[in-house]
Amino acid sequence: MNSLDKMRNFMRRDQLFEFLIPDTPPDLDLSHGVILYLEGINKSFDGFKAINDLNLYIGDGELRCIIGPNGAGKTTMMDIITGKTTPDSGSAWFGQQINLLKMDEPEIAAAGIGRKFQKPTIFAMHRVMDNLELAMAGDKGVWNILRARLSSEEEGRIHEVLSVIGLQEEAEQLAGSLSHGQKQWLEIGMLLMQNPKLLLVDEPAAGMTHQEMERTADLLTSLAGTHSVIVVEHDMDFVRSIASKVTVLHQGTVLAEGSMDEIQNDQRVIEVYLGE
Amino acid sequence: MILLKLLNKDRGSSFTLALLALVTIVVPACNLLLPESSLFHIQTYTMTLLGKYLCYALLAVAVDLVWGYMGILSLGHGAFFALGGYAMGMYLMRQIGNRGVYGNPVLPDFMVFLNWEQLPWFWHGFQWFWFAMLMVLLIPGLLALAFGWLAFRSRVTGVYLSIMTQALTYALLLAFFRNEMGFGGNNGLTDFKDILGFSLQSDTTRAMLFIASALALGFGYLSCLYISRSRLGRVCTAIRDQEDRTRFIGYRVENVKLWIFAFSAMLTGVAGALYVPQVGIINPNEFSPLGSIEIVIWVAVGGRATLYGAVAGALMVNYSKSYLTAAMPDAWLFALGALFVLVTLLLPHGVTGLLRRKDATT
Repeated sequence: MNSLDKMRNFMRRDQLFEFLIPDTPPDLDLSHGVILYLEGINKSFDGFKAINDLNLYIGDGELRCIIGPNGAGKTTMMDIITGKTTPDSGSAWFGQQINLLKMDEPEIAAAGIGRKFQKPTIFAMHRVMDNLELAMAGDKGVWNILRARLSSEEEGRIHEVLSVIGLQEEAEQLAGSLSHGQKQWLEIGMLLMQNPKLLLVDEPAAGMTHQEMERTADLLTSLAGTHSVIVVEHDMDFVRSIASKVTVLHQGTVLAEGSMDEIQNDQRVIEVYLGE
Repeated sequence: MILLKLLNKDRGSSFTLALLALVTIVVPACNLLLPESSLFHIQTYTMTLLGKYLCYALLAVAVDLVWGYMGILSLGHGAFFALGGYAMGMYLMRQIGNRGVYGNPVLPDFMVFLNWEQLPWFWHGFQWFWFAMLMVLLIPGLLALAFGWLAFRSRVTGVYLSIMTQALTYALLLAFFRNEMGFGGNNGLTDFKDILGFSLQSDTTRAMLFIASALALGFGYLSCLYISRSRLGRVCTAIRDQEDRTRFIGYRVENVKLWIFAFSAMLTGVAGALYVPQVGIINPNEFSPLGSIEIVIWVAVGGRATLYGAVAGALMVNYSKSYLTAAMPDAWLFALGALFVLVTLLLPHGVTGLLRRKDATT
């Protein structure tokens, strides 16, 4: 291509230069009914391929369970979605327009993706209410939070979430004094305060009693529909109780996808889980 | 109104501030109004010593804001203290005028001694009080902003950050020791005569400096209290306890750290500026890394994350320092070390933590 052609190509009026495309359009575009696209994602740590050509699509309002043996890449996948880890290659889109790979953690949180960690990480030295207040969606600039006062509307929102997670009685307690199950719920409540469209929930049932597990399952199913929820879980009973579409990860890639029954009868899944 | 709201249910702070207000009035009054023969007369020496402690208390409050509330163990706050002190010292040097030993109307004595012909550029402007006061705030503030921007954005935390703050103050120590820096080398700045036209030797000026220190401590205390009670304060504590989580909730952790660190550095600068006219000298030893570690010990002894604890710690440790260095000069460093070990082992919440525990059990 000679320089004249290059020049003509450069001057074409039907193209948009890359730097002019806005990185984070303000609105989440769900026109195709899919909220999260992960395509061809690869990530290796010191030569170990944690994620290997991963493709995953989550629909709007869907409740999806992701299972897989240890080291299958579940946590790394969450890290990539929330911006903690950058993949070596591939693309990750939130709705049609938001490119997750160009954003850092606070931006992604502001765009509407909330994450609950495996270990409950709540602010132990704050009251339950304050935990929810801190997580509340809104302007989180330094000057603004110095002068912020709770409006009655915001207080109403906090109480609403408190009743969803069933911690009204404990609102004034220090979060550190809650039981393990209550901490998990508080963390889900903190997620809700962020008004996310997509919730990433890592092992919500770990270490819970049977009753607590049932309540957690109810809570998560009630959230689906208005939110999209991705649940990573080991406990098969729990996964069956929230009865939804299940994705099996193995060695960083999707091994099988389908309903719980299909998954349980899939020969490859049985091999991975039982060895042989 | 705001004051009442801040002090509501905070007995420690109410008590500390009430005591401070009382001291602000009573100490200068006992010094100036009562005759020397009176039992309640307070000597000027004692008042100046107390004023010095108030400056230390303000410094401790500033360190408590970043360490106690936000979890950044700064071992370099002495640098901001000394920079504020040097800015004040430069103003006081320019005030000497032709009353110096060499009688040069513009150049301070040490520059004449070094055969310098003219004033270095960075000494211009310091003949004006307002300019010097601006620098007291700006220089520590800007240094903290630059340092914090580099350190917090690269997510340096914990002990690595502490070591960097030590390096910062040590580097400044070495720089200020050099004569060609133009800050008086290892002698520093001294032989001050007057401030705003009032003689530094007179009792009235000393009393005014004492009152200014008390007011500065009061202002610093209240502003830190306001910050700690705001949502910003709760975010700071959240950063201290779970930094990653705070980031995932959507807070710009590095910005929060940066502005709190800079504010703390400015308060520290004010403390340094009020300290210098009361002790009459500022030299590079104020930059010594050891000094910065001592500040952290005051806060630990008093009790972290309570502002009154920081004040109490600064007063107690410095009083015992004044007493011990006079009574048993060799014992001081051992006593300081023992104090720190004992407090860490037995009183993790400091001396004020002991009072709170008693409160909780009764």
